[in-house]
Amino acid sequence: MTATRRTADTLFILFGLVVLWEILHRIAGETAMPAPLPTFAYLLHNLTTPRFIANLTTTGLELGYALLLAYGIGLAIGVWMGAHRLSGAVGEPILVSLYSLPKITLYPVVLLIFGLGISGKVAFGALHGVLPVALLTMGAIRAIPPVYLRAARTLQLSPWQTIATVLLPAALPEVFTGLRIGFTVTLLGVLLGEMFASKEGLGAMIMNALQLVQGEEMMTVAIVLFAFAALANGFLLFIEHRLHRRV
Amino acid sequence: MNAAPVPHEIHAQLSGVTRTYPTVPGAGAKMPVHALGPIDLDLLRGEFFAVVGPSGCGKSTFLEVLAGLQQPTAGAVTFEGKPVGGQVPEGIGVVFQEDASFPWLTVWDNVAFGLRRSGVAAPELRRRVEDAIAFVGLKDFARAYPSQLSGGMRQRVCIARTLVLQPRLILLDEPFGALDAQTRLLMGDEVLRLWRRTGATVLLITHALDEAAMLADRVGAMSARPGRFIEIIATGWPRGRDSTIVGEAAFGEITGRLWERLRGESLKALGHAAVPAMAAE
Repeated sequence: MTATRRTADTLFILFGLVVLWEILHRIAGETAMPAPLPTFAYLLHNLTTPRFIANLTTTGLELGYALLLAYGIGLAIGVWMGAHRLSGAVGEPILVSLYSLPKITLYPVVLLIFGLGISGKVAFGALHGVLPVALLTMGAIRAIPPVYLRAARTLQLSPWQTIATVLLPAALPEVFTGLRIGFTVTLLGVLLGEMFASKEGLGAMIMNALQLVQGEEMMTVAIVLFAFAALANGFLLFIEHRLHRRV
Repeated sequence: MNAAPVPHEIHAQLSGVTRTYPTVPGAGAKMPVHALGPIDLDLLRGEFFAVVGPSGCGKSTFLEVLAGLQQPTAGAVTFEGKPVGGQVPEGIGVVFQEDASFPWLTVWDNVAFGLRRSGVAAPELRRRVEDAIAFVGLKDFARAYPSQLSGGMRQRVCIARTLVLQPRLILLDEPFGALDAQTRLLMGDEVLRLWRRTGATVLLITHALDEAAMLADRVGAMSARPGRFIEIIATGWPRGRDSTIVGEAAFGEITGRLWERLRGESLKALGHAAVPAMAAE
């Protein structure tokens, strides 16, 4: 598929979504679902207000810290469990069951430990992201064909050269898939954290607008988040496909 | 009988080599698994030696011990007079049965991989890599990734990656096991070409009797596990041979003799008692 064709497809989907939105607006009424056009007008007016920018910055900061933690801890756990057979055998079922657990049930615990400030939301976001990053990294390392290691030895590589020039590139595409999924769920965790027990951030803005019945503000925040998540995911997918194409 | 340029100069030597694997937990077996040996073998400089034997007889273990990828449980391995053990000595190149080409590198970078880490100057490196790629016939695919190549072409990438390091002993572990019979015959010709051009000592592990009979100066028939050489047959082929010798009477004789020696061992590997050929039914 050519680039123009893909752009046309994307625009077509976006147009379809706006039409769907308009239809929902006609069914649900003004309070529940404001019309697209007034919402876009509201968005343009409010996007640059200090209030909006402050909330956006808070969410961005929380997401950044949470990703840093999720990636750092997730990669460390994943490499360790992938390389050490016993740790992997013990750790994998634990991680898998934690992954399937609805983590929102643990949010009160996180709040009790980290408090109501930014650290609670960062911790909750990281809690979401760590698991897929660790699991996929572990899988990536286990999936490296053993013959690569033997080949590295016959090519006279030192252990460090083997890690840097064979193991790392061999595992990278799969690890990157973990980072992309980790990004999506970390964002989810941060926003969930903001929606409950928080006064700052985009998640808190949505809940605030809900209480004040400000449909346009609710939809504005939703559109911003939608656009950000879609763009970031598209970018990560683009890199991921490039990495996978060679394998 | 062998066609080595300097006859009877020992290039690599195994004496009293055995390999035993400790019991695998949960595998059921209480005794350690005796996989190989004892093996005594002198590889002569410049000869082409093939090892055939039933599956699971320890052929690959034998190759890995010789390459220094595995330590022998007992006995000693020497390469060019120096003991081998713990690591692969400089001068030994290995081509594995599995596809070991790196999918994240182009053919060119795959071939250059080992050389880049040996501190060879750039112009020399380029010349040697291009030469090796041309030798295996992948000139038009230098910029391709392995995923764009067939299995046989990828195995040639691995051969070029080994060849470029100018090994003096080349170990081939069933490199054509995954290829179809016709491609294997052609790849056999390429291995002969490689052997003649590099002047290296070549050791080929294979399960195909015809492949061993066609390619080697000497063929070692290996018993069922624990693998030992039950007979070593000299083929007497000229150095300039190629796959057309499969039509010669001597080829049939050698293959027949190998099968005679290995039939009972193959049955043992299948779990049968060794039975005389005519009484098999």
